[in-house]
Amino acid sequence: MSFVHKKRMTLFDWVNYSLIALFSLACLFPFLYVFSVSFTDPKVYVPLKFYLFPEKWSLESYRYILSTNSFLNALKSTAFITVVGTVLNIAVSFTMAYGLTKRTLPGYRFIMGGVVFTLVFSAGIVPNYLLVKELGLLNSYWSLIWPSLTNAWSLIVIKSFMDSLPAELEDAAKIDGCSDIGVFARVILPLSLPAIAAFTLFFAVGHWNTYFNALVYIADSKKWTLQILVKTLVIDSNSVAVAQAGASDEAVVPQETIRMASIVLAMAPILLVYPFLQKHFAKGVMLGSVKG
Amino acid sequence: MKTDAAPKLLGMGAERSGGLLARIVRHRAIYALVLPGLLYFIIFKFAPLWGLLLAFKDYNPFLGFWASPWVGFDHFTALFADPNFYLMLRNTLAINLIGLVFHFPLPILLALMLNEIRHEAFKRLNQSVVYMPHFLSWVVVASLTFFMLSADVGVVNKVISAAGRETVSFLSNPNYFWGILTAQNMWKEAGWGTIIFLAAMAGGDPQRYEAAVVDGASRFRQIWHITLPAIRPTVIILLILRLGNMADIGFEQVLLMINPLVLSVGEVFDTYAYTHGILRGQISSGVTVGMFKGVVGLVLIVLSNYVVKKLGHEGIY
Repeated sequence: MSFVHKKRMTLFDWVNYSLIALFSLACLFPFLYVFSVSFTDPKVYVPLKFYLFPEKWSLESYRYILSTNSFLNALKSTAFITVVGTVLNIAVSFTMAYGLTKRTLPGYRFIMGGVVFTLVFSAGIVPNYLLVKELGLLNSYWSLIWPSLTNAWSLIVIKSFMDSLPAELEDAAKIDGCSDIGVFARVILPLSLPAIAAFTLFFAVGHWNTYFNALVYIADSKKWTLQILVKTLVIDSNSVAVAQAGASDEAVVPQETIRMASIVLAMAPILLVYPFLQKHFAKGVMLGSVKG
Repeated sequence: MKTDAAPKLLGMGAERSGGLLARIVRHRAIYALVLPGLLYFIIFKFAPLWGLLLAFKDYNPFLGFWASPWVGFDHFTALFADPNFYLMLRNTLAINLIGLVFHFPLPILLALMLNEIRHEAFKRLNQSVVYMPHFLSWVVVASLTFFMLSADVGVVNKVISAAGRETVSFLSNPNYFWGILTAQNMWKEAGWGTIIFLAAMAGGDPQRYEAAVVDGASRFRQIWHITLPAIRPTVIILLILRLGNMADIGFEQVLLMINPLVLSVGEVFDTYAYTHGILRGQISSGVTVGMFKGVVGLVLIVLSNYVVKKLGHEGIY
């Protein structure tokens, strides 16, 4: 930052701090608003009035949502996909990334070339859909897990991280008679824990936030993920469809408070994990931009 | 030809010796580790490329992939003759252009401002706040937008009607669409985008700043002459890479925001591929549009990457 002799704030500082604070408030405002309405007692809420703080605190909307089958089904679906998906993501990404640190592997350039190619070209929405259909994965949770098992960017960043680990450690292990797999499991993996932590969060957030794939591949509303449910309830205002997702005919009352509460639920896990996310992600971004 | 010393050596030397078969066998554990990922890429990234052939066939679900007749470039000529094509092209260009003017500079501006904050705690607090929207899903962002701008329940309209004016239908008015998309992008990504610039600024030399002050430079001049040049390479690379990504409009974002009333300004290649290719089952048509977008994107990325490398920096590959 630029150098100033004075210890106290100059005009420049005041203006600067205010503008930043303004932008931060703009970022916060939608959250605050939605939080505040979601915690408002539905009986008191009037659609045309502008609330910043709940007129009357109530957990009624949340209690209602969490009691409907629609939301419970969606939460279950999303949780399954997120947990299973993330575990597989980590397993496949870290093993392949380690393999890609071995430049002496016959066929290395071919494999790396293939991986990098996916960064610049993709077959497109329709061919991918046809593939999923051919594999019989339509309407299954696995259609949201297999197609996103790993990706080129993650592999490159993880590989770059592993490349930065001192080579002497591997060599020392090999001298002690460690096999290749042993080196991976006993030397590299433990040292990669920061990267594993960062990518676990990264993949988990990705799964939780998935919208399009779920939209296209899952037709059975009982298998809807949380994002699809929230979209149908809030943006489409389609309470009938939401009810069917819970295999019932009782429509979820599309009250604003309830729609707000559903949005909060869709972002709750992200916000809860955010403090940890922030530390690891910022590191991840730097790793990514200094790739080897 | 195998050397006698091979079994005892460690490092690159030993691994490179021996014939091809010997090397493959020696690396068998590595292949095992790479295998799952490799299978993934083959099945889910390269196999679908066959589907691109459907752009040159008239896909009939009853005849299947192989039996469907070849039609050469018919689908492409049809596409270029379709007025929708030019709409999609225009929309893609417009959204990109507006994004470049408004969205691209914002993280730079924010980073400059954050960089000048002298109270570490205040800086960190603000950073935490502005990074947050990056992690939200587009469904959440679209829903929040809805509750800000909706004609019935949106905050903005509540304030407008409280002031006695008539409510405005932001979300169904084509004139606002591009602006709303750009604003969403700015809200969601500007904060996160500061990370890379702040890192570049942190690399600045404090002595240069001190020297500038001795020469009587104001804060503004210091920023202009020292901070900005420090991030110039980063800005240029990111700009070029951004241009290379023009074909890729934020698909989920647009899909969530379009409705029949704004289709004329919102339809882009991917949304067309989705609605026509998948929803309406016009497979060949959808593949054609997707392939067009993919090829244009490929050309742009390769070009931009080439330029970045020519300027002496690392590209994306």
